[in-house]
This record gives sequence, C-alpha cells and structure tokens, in this order.
Amino acid sequence: MTTATVSRWDRFRESFFWYSFKRDKVAILSTLVLVLMVFAAVFAPLLAPTDPYDLAQINIMNSELPPAGLDGSDPAFPLGTDAQGRDLLSTILYGTRVSLLIGFGAVVLQAALGILFGLLAGYLGGKVDSILMRIADVQLSFSTLMVAIIVGAVFKASFGNLMFGEIAIYMLIFIIGVAEWPQIARTVRASVLAEKKKEYVDAAKVMGFGTPRIMFRHILPNTLSPIFVIATVQIANAIISEAALSFLGLGMPETQPSLGSLIKSGFDYIQSGSWWITLIPGLVLVVLVLVINLLGDWSRDVMNPRLYKG
Amino acid sequence: MLAFLVQRISQALLVMFVISVIAFAIQDGLGDPLQEMVGMSVSDEEREAIREELGLNDPFLVQYFRFAGNALQGDLGSSYFYGEPTLDVILEHLPATLELVIGASLIIVVFSVPIGVYAAIRPQAWLSKFFMGVSTVGISIPVFLTAIVLIQLFSIGVVVDWFPSDTGWGRWLNDLLTTEGGLPSYGRGDELTPLFGTWETGFLSSDGLAHLILPSVSLASIMLPLFIRLIRAEMMEVLQSDYIRYARAKGLSAGRINFLHALKNTMLPVITVGGVQIGIMVAYTILTETVFQWPGVGLMFLEAITRSDIPLIVAYLMVVGLIFVITNTVVDLVYGLVNPTVKLTGKKA
Repeated sequence: MTTATVSRWDRFRESFFWYSFKRDKVAILSTLVLVLMVFAAVFAPLLAPTDPYDLAQINIMNSELPPAGLDGSDPAFPLGTDAQGRDLLSTILYGTRVSLLIGFGAVVLQAALGILFGLLAGYLGGKVDSILMRIADVQLSFSTLMVAIIVGAVFKASFGNLMFGEIAIYMLIFIIGVAEWPQIARTVRASVLAEKKKEYVDAAKVMGFGTPRIMFRHILPNTLSPIFVIATVQIANAIISEAALSFLGLGMPETQPSLGSLIKSGFDYIQSGSWWITLIPGLVLVVLVLVINLLGDWSRDVMNPRLYKG
Repeated sequence: MLAFLVQRISQALLVMFVISVIAFAIQDGLGDPLQEMVGMSVSDEEREAIREELGLNDPFLVQYFRFAGNALQGDLGSSYFYGEPTLDVILEHLPATLELVIGASLIIVVFSVPIGVYAAIRPQAWLSKFFMGVSTVGISIPVFLTAIVLIQLFSIGVVVDWFPSDTGWGRWLNDLLTTEGGLPSYGRGDELTPLFGTWETGFLSSDGLAHLILPSVSLASIMLPLFIRLIRAEMMEVLQSDYIRYARAKGLSAGRINFLHALKNTMLPVITVGGVQIGIMVAYTILTETVFQWPGVGLMFLEAITRSDIPLIVAYLMVVGLIFVITNTVVDLVYGLVNPTVKLTGKKA
C-alpha cells in the first residue's frame, strides 16, 4: 500500500491545487493562522493555564483584571480576567474549541442534509425537485439567521433554561445545520444537473445499476469540489451564527462559553471600562472567521468559480 | 402577466399558510393559556371545565381554523406580559424598528453606490483595492461586534497615550487615535415627536437623530460590503457590453457613459436584490436592537422569549412572516415588470 500513498502524494504535489497554493501568500498565511488556532483549540486543556470550568481554580478577587501592559494587570493573566475572575486566555482557548466544534458539526450536518436533498432534487427532478427547492427558497428568503433564531427560541422555550444549557452544543449544531442546509443543497443540485447529462451516467444506467448507486457512487464524487468550496465558507457562517445565537442568549451558557457567549458576558461590563472582556474574544472570532473566508474565496477561485453560484 | 401575478400571489398565500401552521403548532405545543389564567388553587375539575369552555380540547384542525380565522381578523391573542392584544404591542414597537431600517438603508445607498461604481471603473486603483479589502473583512465581522466596537469608540471613548507626548508626532498620533465618545448608545432618547397613531419619530429632533446614528451604522455595516461587491460586479459586467463599447466609439464622455448609460442597467438587479436584503435585515435588527436596547420589535421578540410570552412570539412570527412574504412577492412582481426577459409563467424551458 505504501507505493499507492506515495504516488498519491506525488500527484498532489504536482497538482494545480498545490501549485496555486504555493504562489498565494494570503492563502498560505490564512492556512498558518487557521492551523495554529485549530491546534490551540484542540489542545486547549493542555495549553490553558487554568481550567475555566473548574470552580475551585477561580478566585472572584481576580475579577476584571486588565491584560498585560496596562495598569493593575497581573502577570498570571496575560489577557486579563473576566467578571467572574476567570483567566481570559483560558476561556478564549476553550471558547474557540466550542465555537469550532459547533461550526464543524453544523457543517457536517448541513452537508449530510444538503447532499442528500440536493442529489435527490437534481437527479430525480420533477415533483421532488420542485418541492425541495421551494422549501429551500422559502427558507433562504427568510435568511438562515432568522430561521436559526426562531428554532432556537422554540427549543429554549420548550426545554427550559437549565436543560437547554446542558445540551446546548447538540442543539446549536442541530439548529444551524437545519437552518443552513439549502445553501449546500442548491450547490449540489446545480452540479448534479450538469453531471447527469454526461455519458458515464448513461453508461452506468445501461449497466443496470440502481438509482441510489448511481447517485452516491457515480455522481456524488464528481460534485465534491464545489461542495468542498461551499462547506469551507459555511463553516465561517456557522461560527458567526453560533456567536450570534449565543450573544442573544439562545446559545452556549456562560458556564461553558463559546466565543459568542464570552462576547455577550463581556458586553455587560463594557460601560465600566473593562473593554478587554468583550473585545479580545471578539478579535479572536473575527480572525477565525476571516481566515476561513479567505481560504474559501481562494479555493473557489482555484477549483471552479462557475459552479459556486449555483 | 396575469398568470404570473396569480401564480406569485397564490405562492405567497401558500407560504403564509405554512407559516401560520408552524406558528399555531408552536402555540399549541408550548403555550398553556390555563396556567396564565387561573391560579394554583383551582381544582382539576374546574380546570377541565374551563378547558372545555375555551375549546382547548377540540381537535388540532378545529383549533387551527379558529386560530387562523381570528388571525385574519387581526386577533392574534393577548400577550401574557403586557396584557394587551399582541398586535397592538407589535404596532407600538414597529415604528422604532422601521426608523432603524430606514436609517441603515439610507447609509447603504449613500455609500455603496459611489464606492461600488468607483471600484468598477477603476479596478486597479489602490483606493478600489482598499475598499474591496475592507469589505472582505467587513463580511467577517458579526454585526453585534461592530456595534460593540462603535460603542467603545464613539460612546465611551478611547484615550490613547501610547506615544511620547513630548514629541510633535507622538502628540499627533495620540490625538488622532483618541476618540471623544459621548454619542448615545442606549434607546431612542426622550425627544420623540408624535407623528400619527403610535408612531413617534426620532427623525425630527437632534437628540433623536443622535440616538439613531450608532444603531443604523451598525445595521448598515453588515449589508454595505455585500452591496458594494454586488454593484461592482454588476457594473463591471455592464461595462463589458457592446452598447457601452459603441458609446465609447461614438466619443461620448466617460462621465456620461458611466453614470447615464451603465449605471441605469447596473441598478436593476441591485434594486431587486436590495429589496430582498431589506427583508433579511429584520433578522439583524434583533441583534442590533439587543446591543443598543433599541425599543423595537426585535428587542421585544427577544424579551418575549426570555419571558416565555408564547402569544407574543407567535404574533411576531406571523407579522415578520407577512413582511417577508410581501417584500419577496413585490420584488418578484417588480422584477417581472421591469425585466421582460424573465419567464413570466415559470414554465420549464
């Protein structure tokens, strides 16, 4: 098997993808920043100076200390502390972890829904197509954020605050995944419509393969590159949606904060001059979303600009 | 044309029907009006009697038709918290939101058209690249974060003393980066002028306008990058077309070509997309109003969620759904009217 992997590696190194990546400074820089942030988030328990979930490590006397370099800062807390006395660096590391987890999970869910419905709509056509795409149109015209807020509000009202807080991660993945599937479904449908006219599909039909097999084994692999492009952008969107929901109090509780709920809890103290509690997590959020968006733009330009618009 | 009209309107009615079913399902599943109406001391038999009397034991469909019938007559129930009909509560809060949306739309139009056109005419100029770069970053900043930064800069104010103040350039940099603050960032202010009905406007007093600045700039910030990119892309496409080349060959002045001939055809898709985007702005008003404690429907909706004020939540859904459906239908119809190439019947080609 080693020869196979080596040749695949060689093929990758000679590909247009790798060639254009090497020449694009913005793409390289964005990848570096993203890898660094993902690394920091994954290894947050090892890297963070304190555990923000552990009440024993928190001292309320340390609350609202400014970041290093300002008057009254404590060298133990390089980015300062929040209103509960938690180390901001640690909460941001853990918060990035939660935000990335939800962003990634939501995109996996919406990709699953979007690919399934997009394939069905594109390949079967007819009534299935018009019903699915009508639903997608209506949902998109309401804007995904609005749908997410409404679903979140209904869940919160039906589960109650405490219960919602405990299962918030799964709820948010579900809410954002369900709210944003039309984006991916449209892209998939558009490329399926282009693919299904090709000869290899006719060949597969003549050979007597079943519809599911043609859809998933033959057409799907050929639509992967636009899916990859839109999924990248959708991770950024999902992270923003999560932050927005958490900021509205419909997302992660303050005991298990994401970047959005850190910004929310810091916002209550901005008038008292403690700008760092809200603005530093905000900056981390913007950098995270920006590098993902830049990578999405770049991969769209490289892979297939035509299919992207759907 | 008539077929197109009928098709669009029936589609709008269908969507509105689905929204009302969802809204009613929420009300049916979550709200228990009995709990709000009677105390703990009422016995189970009495509760059951009241349930029967209110028709809460009727089948789902019967209850739905009662709900829909009332909704058509403008009766969406009473808010638990306000104790008033929900529609009145929403109408009280609607003017504030509308003024916010109008303010933001004005900012978007005033800035996006010149910037987008400039970036299309001179794509290689450093200023265009700067604007496009800023708009890429702008898309990545969530609206509530823009709002918080604006509050910090222009309401609270920032004092910068990082640079040596005994040198001329240090003082200049310090002064440049220090902001005054002082702009209001909370609510709509006290000096509101009554217009008609429940509409009190902040547009007619300097205090009201001052309160409007930060919220509308925040709300505009999320749409402005989108519009700049859209106008630039459309304009660049138009500038490639034959009739522009012909106008150039005829020796018309650049200003006349760009602003009279090209801009006209650029604005058609921009206006239709813009109509839909203004509907989408409603979602962002929830975030903006929360940050600025702006007493509009968005903040009201969020408070209704925290108070579990189910009738108000449901009424908000119905009203916002109606606004969305109307804007989308009107935009579709207008687009069909002004652009004859649209397939009016929507039949498959």
